[in-house]
Amino acid sequence: MSDERKLSYGQAFNEAVSQMMEADPDVFCAGEDIGAFGGVFGTFLGLQAKFGEHRVVDTPISEQAIVGLGVGASVTGLRPIVDLMFMDFICVALDQIVNQAAKLKYMFGGEASLPMTITTAGGGGLSAAAQHSQSLEALLCHMPGLKVVMPSNPYDMKGLMISCIKDNNPTVMIKHKRLLGMSAVVPTEAYEIPLGKGNILRPGTDVTIVAYARMANEALIAAAELAKEGIECEIIDPRTLQPLDTDLIVDSAQRTNRVVVVHEAVRFGGLGGEIASQIQELAFDYLDAPVTRIGAPFSPVPFSPALEQHYIPDAKTILAGVREIMQRNVIRG
Amino acid sequence: MEISTTKQFDLHRRMVRIRLFEEAAGRLAEANRLPGFLHLYVGEEAVASGVCGALNDDDHITSTHRGHGHLVAKGGDFNRMMAELMGKATGYCKGKGGSMHISDTSLGMLGANGIVGAGSPIAVGAAFANRYRGRGQVAVAFFGDGSTNIGAFHEAANMACALHLPIVFACENNEYGEFTPRHKTMAITDIVDRAAGYGMPGVIVDGMDVIAVHEAAVEAVERARQGGGPSLIEAKTYRYYNHHGIQNLGLKYRPDEEVATWKQRDPIFTFEDRMIENGVATREKVDEIWAELRQDIETAIQFADDSPYPTPDQIMVDVYTKSSTTIGTKS
Repeated sequence: MSDERKLSYGQAFNEAVSQMMEADPDVFCAGEDIGAFGGVFGTFLGLQAKFGEHRVVDTPISEQAIVGLGVGASVTGLRPIVDLMFMDFICVALDQIVNQAAKLKYMFGGEASLPMTITTAGGGGLSAAAQHSQSLEALLCHMPGLKVVMPSNPYDMKGLMISCIKDNNPTVMIKHKRLLGMSAVVPTEAYEIPLGKGNILRPGTDVTIVAYARMANEALIAAAELAKEGIECEIIDPRTLQPLDTDLIVDSAQRTNRVVVVHEAVRFGGLGGEIASQIQELAFDYLDAPVTRIGAPFSPVPFSPALEQHYIPDAKTILAGVREIMQRNVIRG
Repeated sequence: MEISTTKQFDLHRRMVRIRLFEEAAGRLAEANRLPGFLHLYVGEEAVASGVCGALNDDDHITSTHRGHGHLVAKGGDFNRMMAELMGKATGYCKGKGGSMHISDTSLGMLGANGIVGAGSPIAVGAAFANRYRGRGQVAVAFFGDGSTNIGAFHEAANMACALHLPIVFACENNEYGEFTPRHKTMAITDIVDRAAGYGMPGVIVDGMDVIAVHEAAVEAVERARQGGGPSLIEAKTYRYYNHHGIQNLGLKYRPDEEVATWKQRDPIFTFEDRMIENGVATREKVDEIWAELRQDIETAIQFADDSPYPTPDQIMVDVYTKSSTTIGTKS
């Protein structure tokens, strides 16, 4: 039955791109090694064979020009998907992302739109060391004009990627490298998941865990364990980080009265700080404990598996964080 | 190349419009009536005019921080330009861009740009889109000598050549990168030397001679339009004023005599002399054109003066486009 068909996270991305390219001749892809090779993570496999070199373009290793290609092509009416192989490489292209793509519409008094999608792969766990493992989403979420998406599973990947392509703004789709092989049922037809709408991955009553991308999956593992201890976790996956579904997070916080925010990015200055702040502003009176933030230590991502496994938060870290917040109690007056 | 009388007047008119707009902007800045930075194009008029005179309305250009001249040459509206410089709601960018981001996408002018070198990759994208759609449009990247030292230019030039895109790289070599002379920031004299490194032809032209610029532009644009790929034009030119602002003499980094020497080769006055000498124009006709365009400037200043400032509720408007395409899903 087609309803039961499973795809990997990477295949779900590929299918989203493929279906949108079939539907809209203005959609094209450009990036390093995405043509015959299919991308270093295989997420563009088969697309050049299907749509031709005209629409799936191998570029030089030139991140500024790759994003610039997207800016110029989108502002003149096409719908580009431009790929930056690793998320770390956004730093090479930051001028085009931050000063151009994010701001052109505004600077032009609204007389432009940039329906472009920047795709990239983030996250650690592959011993790829400090320049190929980062989670730099907070940097992007700080930029008015950009939308930032980080799916946690194949179903969300397909729906969110289609929404990114269809959106008339610059969007950044961050694939998590460690989720590429994750398999799940994905509908065959094209469907959208609205940008800015989070998802309750697991309903619960005792504590809210806000987690996205790979950390949402780690939170699910932790929640299953905690359920055995009688702690029911509600897991909120914002899915889109900019715009952030603050309502969903705050509503959950008001019901559970305790919140743990988890991300793989460095804790200091990470998105967790923003989320904790929003909860504090909008649900302070409901909280039984300060919001807990879980993130990576303030160091570059280390190379050795012996170090990296302790660097990246996981189900165990989340378990510890939840157990600790459950001990905290505020006496209500 | 035979340049028709009509085209000569057209090029002349573009240059005079730029000169008048920029001199007026300079006077307003002197009177503290313009907020922000002002990078005047005076002295370089032949470059924007000669190149844009070779383009169709639906061709694209990207510009620089010194961008007023490019917009005027592409057909920019004085009223909306002047209003934008004053930060008014009726300006091209509704008061949100100002001098450094002035643009008119409907004229194919994809923005002045506050980041040196950033326009070239965007022009590559426009050129890609133009070839993709196959309507024969071309893109021109205007940039200065200084911006050929930044990575974005290198990436753009290489990618344009690797993908064989319909683009012209139009370099305004005015001998200074901001406040530093070219010879201190690069070991070559001619920017055109860089073209060979990307595998594109390049040509040096006298940037004070609008006909020379125009002839080179016609050839380069035609090459791009016919599928012949990118090329580079280096126009040797000069800005009469400081990098920004309205000072022209007494600057620490360049001798006054140099300014005087370049001014003797003024692109507009020398061209008018030629037109008159060749019997294409008369002094009276030329004076009439100036008088008519001066009136347009006065009207524009009045329009800008009379225009309202944007209201604070506009700060959050146009950060995002609200819509998305309906193609592809049933949503």
